[in-house]
Amino acid sequence: MDKSHTKADKGGPAQPLLSVKKLVKHFPLGKDLLGRSSGVVRAVDGVSFDVQKGETLSVVGESGCGKSTTARLLMNLLARDSGEIIFDGMSVDTAELGLKEFRRQAQMVFQDSYASLNPRLTIEDSIAFAPQVHGVPRREAIDRARSLLNKVGLEPRRFAERYPHELSGGQRQRINIARALALQPRLIVLDEAVSALDKSVEAQVLNLLLDLKDEFELTYVFISHDLNVVRFVSDRVMVMYLGQVVEIGESEAVFNTPRHPYTQALLSSIPSLDPDNRTEKPPLTGDPPNPINPPSGCRFHTRCVYAQPICAQQEPELARQPDGQSVACLRYVPNSAYDHSKQSDEVSA
Amino acid sequence: MSEVATQTDTLVEIKDLCVTFTAGKKPVRAVDGVNLSVKSGEVVALIGESGSGKSVTLRSILRLHPPKRTIMQGQIRIDGEDVMAMPPHVLNDFRGSKVSMIFQEPLLALDPVYTVGDQITEAILRHENVSKAAARARALELFEFVRIPSPERRLAAYPHEMSGGMRQRAMISLALASRPKLLLADEPTTALDATVQIQILLLLRELQRELGLSVLFVTHDIGAAVEVADRIAVMYAGKIVEEGPVRTLIRNPAHPYTKALLSSVAHGGFVKGSRLQTISGSPPDLANLPPGCSFADRCAEATEACHQTIPGEVWLSENHRARCILLEKKP
Repeated sequence: MDKSHTKADKGGPAQPLLSVKKLVKHFPLGKDLLGRSSGVVRAVDGVSFDVQKGETLSVVGESGCGKSTTARLLMNLLARDSGEIIFDGMSVDTAELGLKEFRRQAQMVFQDSYASLNPRLTIEDSIAFAPQVHGVPRREAIDRARSLLNKVGLEPRRFAERYPHELSGGQRQRINIARALALQPRLIVLDEAVSALDKSVEAQVLNLLLDLKDEFELTYVFISHDLNVVRFVSDRVMVMYLGQVVEIGESEAVFNTPRHPYTQALLSSIPSLDPDNRTEKPPLTGDPPNPINPPSGCRFHTRCVYAQPICAQQEPELARQPDGQSVACLRYVPNSAYDHSKQSDEVSA
Repeated sequence: MSEVATQTDTLVEIKDLCVTFTAGKKPVRAVDGVNLSVKSGEVVALIGESGSGKSVTLRSILRLHPPKRTIMQGQIRIDGEDVMAMPPHVLNDFRGSKVSMIFQEPLLALDPVYTVGDQITEAILRHENVSKAAARARALELFEFVRIPSPERRLAAYPHEMSGGMRQRAMISLALASRPKLLLADEPTTALDATVQIQILLLLRELQRELGLSVLFVTHDIGAAVEVADRIAVMYAGKIVEEGPVRTLIRNPAHPYTKALLSSVAHGGFVKGSRLQTISGSPPDLANLPPGCSFADRCAEATEACHQTIPGEVWLSENHRARCILLEKKP
């Protein structure tokens, strides 16, 4: 394996590998009888974050919060409405860094291991396909595919000439990981990559991901709804709610001292695995609201136990706290209209 | 409530259940000698990986498998009635009235062209001789019971108009419409978000507490099982490999498979920077099972004998059993 990707490092370790600024994606809904548009789904609504070189950033949130849309926007599989994606100092999809070259450096693994492989290509052809697109001679690409199969724990002699339907889910996901590695990328976006696997197989694939990260000096954006898994793999965690980031910070800090009321509720929804310490009261009632017409102000105020009238009017900005976590909640904004005295009354009452 | 509390008789009794599917080239024995009982008012969780036979066991109780392509052997008795011997018209009355079921994907289980209110009313009218208005009133009561906000308005809603958690609540009220004694739940929270999942789990626990309902629920999520179950049965390759009260099973698991499963999810297992303990290999092919213990190939403690003989059931205490040769040897 040549180490050309390390030479590709432009800005040094201090520069974020990926920097996302004010990303917006609205999906228009259908038209009504009179041809008027009936609204938009605000799937991703002003999301900004950085991914440092060599770290694992996890994105968590419930269905409809925009985490998968964010992943697809990162890879430019969806065109963004506005916002900017900067990869190692270069703006993506401009003359500076074209899409083809960007995708050589950034790859993605999807949730459905079967749907993401071409059923008519053998395993080795699938893995060798992208390098050939990028000008690697076929024989060399096949050699690379076979060495990658070894790396992901599948014996090339047994697996290289098989087709996707002949493999189990765990094996297919290993193939998808090998395929993502075939271009020697620096960034891999894993969208619910282990969610469809059985627990025992999931653990094997997670271990594999950690090993590969060390070996190939990779950076991961890890998208998952399984908070136990997220805690295990990530350096930093980003929590999303209805298309916006509500909290982002060091993984252990977020898990130990969640600040945003939504993060607190999400974390206390994890089953405790202790029969003597069962949850007695659900931390939240109801389902997440529809992202078509998200609530005004803070989008969480309709389900938040701390909400005050001001929360329905003012949209909180993501603000960095003294200890490094960033939270979008008026309770943590100094001099905001949020009345802390009222809240302490309620708690004591 | 008092009569419910004193009733500790067995509601479900499954003895030596074997289910074989004959549709493919090779017959597949999905369930192989399952013994399980559920007392009235008890919640039992069946856990296991995909293909372990947990859902097949659950569906057998209502005989939901296609009869032409399925061979069912053994005994299933629900509240004293022999399910296996029921002729079709008796089975039709039995489904819903004594036992009803909720599914993983409520959007697929509910009829998309009728309002949920109509579906619940229909279920009540099928099982009870009441007027339509009375059935409608009871449907409203059920919606209030499962805590659907603005229930009158929701009765007139179509399934696609509801959110995932609300649909699951609607399906639970549909299942309760005919006043069953046993609720079968097939992965009822798997498709739901974390904050909604815990609400549905708490609702199931409430049903047990307030209606004295027995619940048999299937899940692959040990966390969800621990949250609601009184007893847990762990399935692997068509057999129950371990069964016991939830505390015993979580704190003193006996079977190597249960131990491995727990170590991969328990708090200690998910420490950052460490490697996860894994079970090597993948679940066996049911059409092609190894001769001995079907877990032997993946078991860290396997001996020569494990690959040759199928382990029998060992009772470790009066309510804790496991299938493992290594436990047989112990005095």
